[in-house]
Amino acid sequence: MNGITLELFVMQMFTGLALGTVFVLMAVGLSLIFGLLTVVNFAHGAFYMVGAYVGVFLMGVTGNFWVSLVLVPIVVGTLGLVIERFLVRPLYGRGIDYPLLLTFGLALVLVELVRIIFGLEGQSFDVPEVLSGAVNIGVGYFPLYRLFLIGVTSFIVFALWLFIEKTSYGLIIRAGARDPEIVRILGVDISKVWLIVFAIGTGVAGLAGVLAAPMRSVIPDMGSTVLVEAFVVTVVGGMGSLVGAVVAGMLVGVVVAMTSLFWPSLADLSMFVLMAVVLLVRPQGLFGQKGLMG
Amino acid sequence: MLNVENLESWYDRSYIVQGISLRVGKGEIVSIIGRNGAGKTTTLRTIMGLVPKCKGVVTFDGSDNIIDEPTHTRFQRGLGFVPEERRIVPALTVRENLRLGLVSSDLKSKEDEIIEEIAVSFPRLKERLDQIAETMSGGEQQMLAIARALASDPKMIMLDEPSEGIMPVLVDEMFELFVRLKEQGKTILLVEQNVERALEVSDRAYILDQGIIVRESTGADLLADKEIQEKYCAV
Repeated sequence: MNGITLELFVMQMFTGLALGTVFVLMAVGLSLIFGLLTVVNFAHGAFYMVGAYVGVFLMGVTGNFWVSLVLVPIVVGTLGLVIERFLVRPLYGRGIDYPLLLTFGLALVLVELVRIIFGLEGQSFDVPEVLSGAVNIGVGYFPLYRLFLIGVTSFIVFALWLFIEKTSYGLIIRAGARDPEIVRILGVDISKVWLIVFAIGTGVAGLAGVLAAPMRSVIPDMGSTVLVEAFVVTVVGGMGSLVGAVVAGMLVGVVVAMTSLFWPSLADLSMFVLMAVVLLVRPQGLFGQKGLMG
Repeated sequence: MLNVENLESWYDRSYIVQGISLRVGKGEIVSIIGRNGAGKTTTLRTIMGLVPKCKGVVTFDGSDNIIDEPTHTRFQRGLGFVPEERRIVPALTVRENLRLGLVSSDLKSKEDEIIEEIAVSFPRLKERLDQIAETMSGGEQQMLAIARALASDPKMIMLDEPSEGIMPVLVDEMFELFVRLKEQGKTILLVEQNVERALEVSDRAYILDQGIIVRESTGADLLADKEIQEKYCAV
């Protein structure tokens, strides 16, 4: 353990938080979609990958990072909208396995389509000039882009929190996750709510993809690792919990970063150990409700 | 107000509601009574559009047949429903539960006013508006469920076993409320195990047995007929 200073420790904390942002953005959508629609979305990683590729494409066309950043979640969310409406919706009421298999197959299709269009080679996605470089955060120089990631994620999470806790649409979402039938009895067309939640979840996954693009390589398979990570985070945080997704995403990020500092060979394993421990102590996850699976 | 003709419905393969016809006139209180498993709950749920496999004719407030309409548009027509076991949303506050009753109503813009009015007519809810709903007693939760269904000012309200598992003093309050609602011109269709109390406030009642209606009469008439109560309503 020699050579590990307090500065290095704090720096690694920040690295963990930056790593956690992608986990958070992925888990938030996964968790919302599961909590409300009871759909285990195995295509969530594919939407992330599509987000990165749409970002690459839009950068090529517009040359503007900011325009791409705003358009990607809209494009991917619209794709999610169409998929929910025409592919997922007919499967409601048939149990959890039908949509699971559908999204699993859908992920394979999306990956192949991207392979056909963009080829197998990785694409590059550069950090824009203003966000490159590093800034002094008191304990050392930290990459500006990673700070930007933390900022954007905080903004998205705050916006989602406002939407869910403070609007009447959010009220419907909270009630509908618990008892969809009573929401229908009170006059709400619940299928519209499901459509919008699916679109929001996939749109945020697309945003995560384009945000991660400069740090991770943009390849057709990039979604599969992140899907596993997102599931780990969702299980740790508790299925269907927004707070759980945020806390667990950051926690997993920090745990992975710290393990790679102290025991680099165990870094990949650490999140699974964390998940196992959480499942043993609290099977419903840190913020999950018991019996959500009914 | 509500007309039902030859209503039939199924849960999976079991044939539950086996050809029921009934009507509820404007401003009436009508009860459906009968044993456990007679099909009372399923009848209400079918009228509300919550049983997918069904046929027959349901008309409401001068409408065409709404048997194939989704549940939420039946609400928009002014048909309120308080299902069995209250179904308040436990983790939300009382106020949020009441707001939920208004989210898809035209009255949504007057939300604060309406919640004020509810607080006046339901004093038990007044001091608990910001309390989490599941921390209230069963009877208070039932009052909340009824208040939530009334928030959007429906023309008619259907209630499934509202007095079940509630302490007697609140049961009294509830039946007084039904009479008051009738005086205000509301139409009520009631399913009750508490037969005597239900018949006392009812203009008319239907006795349901094994998915069909075996008797229709005035509330007072059935109340006097101990034999028929014994035969069809003894639990």
